[in-house]
Amino acid sequence: MGDEAVADWGICPLPEQQPQAVCARWSQHSPAQPCLSHSPVCLQANPFQHRICRVFSTSDTRDDSMSFEDFLDMLSVFSDSATSDIKSHYAFRIFDFDEDGTLGRKDLEQLVNCLTGQGEESRLSSEEMEQLIQNILEESDIDKDGTINLSEFQHVVSRSPDFASSFKIVL
Amino acid sequence: ISTSFSQGFLEVTSLFYGYYLVDAVLISITKYNLPLAYLLATFAYLALNFLWLLKRSVEGFKQNLVHDADPFQSYCNKVFAGWDFCITDPNAARLKHRSLLYELQTDLQEERLRQKIAERTMEEKLRIYSLRVFINIIVIAILSGCFYSIYRVTVFSQEDSSVSIRNDTRRDLVKAGDYSKRNYCERVKYLNIAPFMFCLSSRCVFLRLASIGVLLFSLWSQISDCRNDKCEPCGYNYELYPCWESDVGREMYKLMIFDFIVILAVALFVDFPRKLLVTHCSWKLVQWFGHKEFEISNNVLEIIYGQTICWIGTFFSPLLPAIATIKYFIVFYVKKIVLIHTCKPAARPVRASGSNFFFLVVLLIGLLLAFVPLGVSIAHIPSSKACGPFRSFNTSWEVIPDTILQFPTALQHILFGLTSEAFAVPLFVILCIIMFYVIALDRAHKRVVEQLREQLVLVRSGPALY
Repeated sequence: MGDEAVADWGICPLPEQQPQAVCARWSQHSPAQPCLSHSPVCLQANPFQHRICRVFSTSDTRDDSMSFEDFLDMLSVFSDSATSDIKSHYAFRIFDFDEDGTLGRKDLEQLVNCLTGQGEESRLSSEEMEQLIQNILEESDIDKDGTINLSEFQHVVSRSPDFASSFKIVL
Repeated sequence: ISTSFSQGFLEVTSLFYGYYLVDAVLISITKYNLPLAYLLATFAYLALNFLWLLKRSVEGFKQNLVHDADPFQSYCNKVFAGWDFCITDPNAARLKHRSLLYELQTDLQEERLRQKIAERTMEEKLRIYSLRVFINIIVIAILSGCFYSIYRVTVFSQEDSSVSIRNDTRRDLVKAGDYSKRNYCERVKYLNIAPFMFCLSSRCVFLRLASIGVLLFSLWSQISDCRNDKCEPCGYNYELYPCWESDVGREMYKLMIFDFIVILAVALFVDFPRKLLVTHCSWKLVQWFGHKEFEISNNVLEIIYGQTICWIGTFFSPLLPAIATIKYFIVFYVKKIVLIHTCKPAARPVRASGSNFFFLVVLLIGLLLAFVPLGVSIAHIPSSKACGPFRSFNTSWEVIPDTILQFPTALQHILFGLTSEAFAVPLFVILCIIMFYVIALDRAHKRVVEQLREQLVLVRSGPALY
């Protein structure tokens, strides 16, 4: 789904001053290699780094390595000039941990655990998790099927005031 | 200690009101009218504080409204848009993780409590309300007992006419009453929801501000008490208080220093030993007592109390703000050390945003309360004849009418017109009209918001119908 989606959506180009920064960042990682086998430095502290690499990687070997073009795609999705549609589309793919096309309870649970941090003492208890997932589904699941599909997700995110400002990476 | 400080050499320094001279000071060519400047500086700092506090309270109020206004999507917003993808520093990432965890936990807990309240049966409600009424009665009884005892001590020491005992005993009583009631407030911990935290904290606030009020009231009743007819022309008791403003200033200064010493003493002799005891001693009683939790509201109320003293005292003792600055500087670092080394993280995560507004409002109330004694001292009680810049005036306020009378007549007419009834009454009426208009606008907006919310719900459940 990756390549067609990118072509269909027509990822917006990065603004003019970005290419130098992008090239500089890329050469920091791998001066000679065509692919990154580990996540970029700008994602090191990000709990979603593996998901991001998986979503944007187009390598045939499915080892989540990112080529320069993949890196550019990722940066343009996360840039300021990307529209909210593109961002919410890719956010949906990133949050879909089991890649079944919908955000089910397991996905939401993994998402919340990523947010609160690694480690036993930084997790919500199971009752709290249950209550939280219940609330999220109440707020966003319109057709009441227990999962959030893409259009429901995009609907909920379009009314969220913080999404545009938090879902971006600035080099 | 502080008694020895303030009597003696400090009394004649610029720390106290008595130092300032009534004559205008010559600075190069112009004459600097010191009495007028003193009074205007007082008004200026009060007005500045008032406007700034008002501005901050309004901002906090707006934030509070916005925060409560959208219960629709708070969870989705926090979960889907919670992580800031710009974070690259691991420390910042750790902090963000923790703040997200606390926010989610607080929200979930508030929701659980709301549900629990909604599900309360009739008997439970009855039991809880009667318990609350009972405890409130006890608190009010203790409060009135304390104030009455302060008053009795004042009267007793007046008959005894032993000046130093009066000061210390009264101050100690006030302090003792303060702490006993504060401990009582802390023990009533079953109230843990936001509106009831408000009531609980308001009680403690009222206690502290009222204790200053009672102290000042007893001071003033003594100053203006004229036993014999000798002091009638002066208007105040000039035998005991030849320079009463300096006396009041000395009281405020002593209160401030005492507050500072108490904070240091509590930190040193209560918090650290408690931590040592709990870590090394394994008696059940000690373990049940447990580690100290950092109580934000108590600490903020302490600061507000100190600040109110500073505001009241600055007119009588102009260098008090400088002392207060140094004091709070030191107190901050002491509290920081106590927090880091002795406290355990609060068992319940605390939502800071709502409390911010509450603390600002209490600070504003403290400032408005500070206006009262200052107003009485400046305008009503005659200024002392033996010292101070207002020696030649009847009351401190008279500087201003005197200065106005020196203005050109046209300006005088304008100013008199501005303060006459013919101007004030229409102004008041216009302000009332504006206020009613704004209230009506607010109500209309609320109705629009409600209607839009209902529309959203319909739109949301709309597709399900198809």
